[in-house]
Amino acid sequence: MKAHLTRRYRFSAAHRLHSEEMSEQENAATYGKCNNPYGHGHNYALEVTVSGPVDEATGMVCNLVDLDGFVQREIVERFDIQNLNTLPEFAQTVPTTENLCAAIYDILRRGFVQAHLEKVRMEETMMNSFEYAGGEVHK
Amino acid sequence: MVYLTRKAEFAASHYYHNPDFTPEENQRIFGKCNNPNGHGHNYTLEVTVKGEVDPRSGFVVDLKQLKDTLRREVLDAMDHRFLNKEVPEFAKQIPTTENLAIVIWQRLTPKLKAAQLHRVRVYETPDLFVDFYGEP
Repeated sequence: MKAHLTRRYRFSAAHRLHSEEMSEQENAATYGKCNNPYGHGHNYALEVTVSGPVDEATGMVCNLVDLDGFVQREIVERFDIQNLNTLPEFAQTVPTTENLCAAIYDILRRGFVQAHLEKVRMEETMMNSFEYAGGEVHK
Repeated sequence: MVYLTRKAEFAASHYYHNPDFTPEENQRIFGKCNNPNGHGHNYTLEVTVKGEVDPRSGFVVDLKQLKDTLRREVLDAMDHRFLNKEVPEFAKQIPTTENLAIVIWQRLTPKLKAAQLHRVRVYETPDLFVDFYGEP
């Protein structure tokens, strides 16, 4: 039988929302305080949902040790206590939580093979959250 | 269609062990969870039902009936229990969060009258939960 398993992780990072395609005024109008040139930071919460048939021998969709190990190695270590603007993932895109969600989804989709990736959900603060389950990211 | 979710909490112990595996395999696959003396969690259960709103009562489901069903079918059987030894379904299945969600679904679905079960969500900890939608 098919079940969905969701695991929650945390990391902290700095970012600045600024687009090279916009004028200074446009950036300020679009991003407000988030456009502060020195950046600011968040404690992000990441929820990874995977799905698949529950293995009869183990009772599991996938072994949590594998999922935790992958996320720790490939995601938490890459983003935790970093300035997102300095990372190659955000050389061309603005490190909004929308784009961060999509970048993390891609890492999981490419590298985590033990279960089907359903979606990635990120909380930037306790007041806002973002979900991405594949498909077109940009207009 | 309207969805209604009711929460409940229960505390239970369990351990993971498959008698078909060697002791080394059990240890490798289940790690600390293989300790035969068990360990415990405060589980949070969210049961979501769906249905049309009754025009007279304004309800999708009578919440008191749903609460009673949850208490009778799940909480009385699982709260403050050792799942492996005291819940018959786990004599043969490993009481992982996945199987717990499936067993709770199987216990509830024949007992719900007006509304249809949509989702069973079981939190083993605030950082780990499983959703089961009755999919084969």
